[in-house]
Amino acid sequence: MSAQATSAAEPQRNYLNADYGIKSWLLTTDHKRIGLMYLLTMTLFFFLGGAFAVAIRLELATPHGDLVESETYNKLFTMHGVIMIFFFLIPSIPAVLGNFLLPLMLGARDLAFPRLNLLTWYLFTIGGVFTLYAVVSGGVDTGWTFYTPYSSTYANTHVIATALGVFITGFSSILTGLNFIVTTHKMRAPGLTWFRLPLFVWAHYATSLIQILGTPVLATAILLVGIERLFGVGIFDPKLGGDPVLFQHLFWFYSHPAVYIMILPSMGVISELISTFARKRVFGYSFIAMSSLAIAILGFFVWGHHMFVSGQSVYAGVVFSLLSMLVAVPSAVKVFNWTATLYKGSIQFSTPMIYALGFLGLFTIGGLTGLFLATLAVDVHVHDTYFVVAHFHYIMVGGALMAYLGGLHFWWPKITGRMYPEFLGKISAVIIFLGFNLTFFPQFLLGYLGMPRRYHVYPDEFQVLNVLSSAGASILGLGYLIPMAYLVWSLKYGKRAPSNPWRASGLEWTTPSPPATFNFDRTPVVTTEAYHYSEELGAPRTGTDVREVEIV
Amino acid sequence: MWQDAPLFPESASTISDSVDQLYAFLVVVSLFFAFGIATVVVFFAVRYRRRQGVIPARIHGSVQLEVVWSLIPLGLSLVMFFWGAKLYFATLDPPPGAMDVYVTGKQWMWKVQHPTGQREINSLHVPVNRPVRLTMTSEDVIHDFYVPAFRTKRDVVPGRYTIAWFEATKVGEYHLFCAEYCGTKHSEMIGSITVMEQHDYERWLTGVAAGETPQEAGARLFESMRCNTCHSGQDGARGPTLTGAFGKPVQLRDGRVVPFDEDYTRESILNPGAAVVAGFDSIMPTYEGQLSEDQLMQLLAYVKSLGAEGGDQ
Repeated sequence: MSAQATSAAEPQRNYLNADYGIKSWLLTTDHKRIGLMYLLTMTLFFFLGGAFAVAIRLELATPHGDLVESETYNKLFTMHGVIMIFFFLIPSIPAVLGNFLLPLMLGARDLAFPRLNLLTWYLFTIGGVFTLYAVVSGGVDTGWTFYTPYSSTYANTHVIATALGVFITGFSSILTGLNFIVTTHKMRAPGLTWFRLPLFVWAHYATSLIQILGTPVLATAILLVGIERLFGVGIFDPKLGGDPVLFQHLFWFYSHPAVYIMILPSMGVISELISTFARKRVFGYSFIAMSSLAIAILGFFVWGHHMFVSGQSVYAGVVFSLLSMLVAVPSAVKVFNWTATLYKGSIQFSTPMIYALGFLGLFTIGGLTGLFLATLAVDVHVHDTYFVVAHFHYIMVGGALMAYLGGLHFWWPKITGRMYPEFLGKISAVIIFLGFNLTFFPQFLLGYLGMPRRYHVYPDEFQVLNVLSSAGASILGLGYLIPMAYLVWSLKYGKRAPSNPWRASGLEWTTPSPPATFNFDRTPVVTTEAYHYSEELGAPRTGTDVREVEIV
Repeated sequence: MWQDAPLFPESASTISDSVDQLYAFLVVVSLFFAFGIATVVVFFAVRYRRRQGVIPARIHGSVQLEVVWSLIPLGLSLVMFFWGAKLYFATLDPPPGAMDVYVTGKQWMWKVQHPTGQREINSLHVPVNRPVRLTMTSEDVIHDFYVPAFRTKRDVVPGRYTIAWFEATKVGEYHLFCAEYCGTKHSEMIGSITVMEQHDYERWLTGVAAGETPQEAGARLFESMRCNTCHSGQDGARGPTLTGAFGKPVQLRDGRVVPFDEDYTRESILNPGAAVVAGFDSIMPTYEGQLSEDQLMQLLAYVKSLGAEGGDQ
């Protein structure tokens, strides 16, 4: 510890102070700087999407729709969904943490295509600008799902601008995936074999496959909506000879795997957090790694479970129900393995670990309620109700966002060179966990009682549960503001971070905090498996650090 | 059986109790796993909290455990799948003798017509203990006919017919919701299903101006649109006979065999060249744009009634 502390105290050249001025950021090809630019842009989108959520929950506190008009309400939930999904959740962990960490974890100087990486940020931002234009010029009201023929023929709002924004951002996602795959294949340090990779890398590899294979289909679907809307070519609208359900096939062929784009990276983060704070190798390493790939592959064969009541063939419904059930297996395997990792560990309750434990609980509930939606006869009743809303928030917010925040705290010292205030961190993690449950658990009950989603006004008997949900949302909102405040505060006033404050085993912790522009002075040589925790706690696993290698 | 439980909606159809039982099973399994995992996590977290001088164990994993905890969720999810699919299939088709009600969704109202001709908007009166079969379509965007108390939900899609059914078991008034987002007043596209005793229903029917029944109107259209000149039912007619045809398989000119159902009827009127019956020429003109959704439904009702005439049911 003492050696690390002295090295951190000296001012040193790092990627942050290597150069100054706006140009040094906008033209950078440093994956760490690009990651930070993503962090900044996405945080803005997160709080914008969050502001829409606040308005939605305020409106739903009463059954009568007295805060905003129904037209406004529809725009609110549409913009909330579009921004949170396409401009926050899908890029969040890969583009911020993945960008920053992948080369560090692989012992590489940068991603395989640094300039392509910068391009993805510009594409993301340009896409965001189109969508923001749609927001300020009057909004869009199709729902984030853009169902036809409403979106292609009937909606009078800014569908084209929003769709164009999503379309462009999609390319950012595709190129990031491509970059990650090539980097993982070609830029691993000597000795860093596939089964020595941190599970964070495996998770991002699986995610990247989905991004590359799925996103073009979304782009196609959006393009077709645009063509029908602009030129009146009959594709989806039956009045023009089209098929409205075709859109749902195309849309969900991407958008169900997209859920795994959001959750897989967060699973990677959780593996890192749990092993570090339990000081143990992840239980069943290879099963967790392979289950990520299994989820990525299976994820492409379950889209039809969004369409059980759409009039698709009942036999298709049965097949999709069965395939959707299978996703439960790799998901459960992960949860069981993380739990088993805690066994006989040495568990420390730092902020990231509290987020990770919270993730375990919320993801378990989210996953189990997914089984309800895969079960045909039950889905008929709960489809398009608040049950679905609760389920996917448990996965995307309870799962992906908790992991993102846990990861952000965990790597904050590495990214910024500063420690965050631990006490406030713990408090806010607990507040977020409680607020989240109060917000979304009542929605499961509302859904089974029959309250449809996207309802601006609702029958009086649903009010009690809606008030509970809105109360929870105000706690949750507060919970998100606290880290926002103290993380910014820590940039100037936080304690200087040592290179390895958690005594973690990953390669990224062998670099100073923050790392130098080119990450490593010398290419590290890896001689041990990942998560090599032993009696001498936290010694880095570099080339000079030769120890026994255990074979499973 | 769950009527008094506050977490369940009213149970008022022949299938709602079965759906609730399956749901209860899922809830029990979920609670077991959620609490089980939470208990183990909390126990480990406390038992193995960091203490001075305690060295964490080196454990890599266990293939046996992996197999066990893969097979358990697999088995349970397959039980859920089979139960769910079985119930879904058992409740897919309406029982025989269902009362035919025609439903048209449009932004933002529900229009229904009873087999006896009465029309309603945003409400539907039905007799208790009698299956009701809904033939539904939309005039504009996708809607969804959802009655939580019946556990019935079905998208209402423009350009085609979807079929739903229910058999109410309890007299009362129930919510009808549009469950598929359909634009500005989506949440106001609601109505009520009033379930009445048979004699009350009959009294209600007599109190509402009936006008023509759907099949009478269809029969009139069949003549006024000159359908009957070709579909005359005589030998050597230019169009196939429709008597006894509905509900049976049709042999097409291109070799396919398709069921003569609602969507086939619709397609044959609007796009007659798409599926021509074997032995006939593709000479029928399209009626696209000449018939409203209501009129199409009436023609469908008439064609269905012709099917029943010659049929063996």
